[in-house]
Amino acid sequence: MTRQAEFRGGLLNPSAPEPEGLTDGRNRPAGRRYGVYRNNVTVSLREALAEGFPSLVSLIGRENFDHVARAFLRQSPPKSPLMMHYGAGLPEFVATLDQLKHLPYLADVARIDLAMRQSYHAADSTGINPAELQALDEDALLATRFAFAPSMILLRSPWPAGSIWRYTLRGGDKPTGGGEDVLILRAEYDPEPHVLGPGAGDVLTALLAGAPFGTAIDAGGDSFDLAALLDLLLSNNAVIALNT
Amino acid sequence: MPDASHSFPLLPNLPGVGYKPQHFWRILSDPSPVGWFEIHAENYMGDGGRPIAQLNVLAERFPISVHGVGLSIGGEGRLDREHLSRLKRLCDWLKPASFSEHLAWSTHDSHFLNDLLPLPYTNDTLTRVADHIDEVQTVLGRQMLLENPSSYLAFAESTWSETDFLAEVVRRTGCGLLLDVNNVFVSATNLDYSPQAYIDAYPLDAVAEIHLGGHDEDEDDHGAPLLIDSHGREVVDPVWALLDHTLARSGPKPLLVEWDTDVPDWPVLADEARRAAGALTRVLA
Repeated sequence: MTRQAEFRGGLLNPSAPEPEGLTDGRNRPAGRRYGVYRNNVTVSLREALAEGFPSLVSLIGRENFDHVARAFLRQSPPKSPLMMHYGAGLPEFVATLDQLKHLPYLADVARIDLAMRQSYHAADSTGINPAELQALDEDALLATRFAFAPSMILLRSPWPAGSIWRYTLRGGDKPTGGGEDVLILRAEYDPEPHVLGPGAGDVLTALLAGAPFGTAIDAGGDSFDLAALLDLLLSNNAVIALNT
Repeated sequence: MPDASHSFPLLPNLPGVGYKPQHFWRILSDPSPVGWFEIHAENYMGDGGRPIAQLNVLAERFPISVHGVGLSIGGEGRLDREHLSRLKRLCDWLKPASFSEHLAWSTHDSHFLNDLLPLPYTNDTLTRVADHIDEVQTVLGRQMLLENPSSYLAFAESTWSETDFLAEVVRRTGCGLLLDVNNVFVSATNLDYSPQAYIDAYPLDAVAEIHLGGHDEDEDDHGAPLLIDSHGREVVDPVWALLDHTLARSGPKPLLVEWDTDVPDWPVLADEARRAAGALTRVLA
């Protein structure tokens, strides 16, 4: 085993012995000095996860979160020095934990935390002028495909994930009700999750898959509010091109 | 990405601070006495958004030092080519006044451990570090600065002193050095040697930037002091004294105050920078 393999071996494994040949500078064994590195690695990764998943921290409490984070980071240390991307697997990991089975919505709420971070760092783009859409005649409009901002992310949950996220971090009314489609939009630099009305998630899913506008809105069903969706998208600079 | 065509070729011999986004508006209204800023490279490798927009504004007004924390220069494996390309993109765009990294490793078997891990000072390590620095300087097309670590332990197999090791890396690669005097104080305390003697043995001619920062205090198994480099509080008096000792020998240098955890409000950071400005004034007097 190489020196660094040996050193790395104990960093995320508290039961591994300290590597040989480490001293305190006075020719005594390093002892708990190795533990400083162990602690630095674990704490820095745990803090990065806590910062990245504020609603999860709030929902299960910091102490429980730290247990979950420690288990996750030992199993899945970062694969890249870009800590802004670390923890993408945490929502799936949370969904596998027996201790959290009684909170089945947790993973989807954590996915909103993750999507907010992804949206925050996504490439910049410029929204179309709404007049461009109004200028199209009906046939042209129905045949148009939308291109969306890289910072726009759609999450579809069988739980009221968006309302729980909002209640957890912003307060307000306690969430009730069923599944929600949540759309993360970043008008300029601050992403914001929006809970969509009925049918809008189906329409957006179709538009994101490249369907023309006319086909996509058919997916919305009877109670779909087209004007509300277009207003939401346009006022948040989410539509960046019309491909006619 | 916007083009930072406004470029500052060198860091000035003034106080700088580590840039924190919460200070952005305060900096634009009154940055004094701070003359330049350092950023952690990896925090500005997203595709867009506020971090990059703010950095672009900052870079129009101030010299910027890009400080990498994730390249794993001392790693046993090859440098992460993808990460090196990201650094090149950042430097090509930003045209920073300085690029620096650490004498440390942080990646092993493609796992990034998010800490600056220690190296034995041996001939093998020297060859590897020098090769990696050559590669970085070739890819980036510029000189890099190498920072001395904070050490909590030593390796029985080391055959070089840290100062001789750094001098030899400089000789082989032509890189410059980033001298962190808090790291010197932390390592000297932890490993029981004189920080002043370290500075006296250090190749000061190669220094292009000096770091200052706060540390925490702990104890080892024998009750000996064990200082932890935390960047979470004020610089302590013995480190300011070590800075004076250094500047008296090196002459004025760009001085950076690092404060990365429990980041204070701007006036507290500006006071630390003012103290650094005082040290620069003393050396010129």
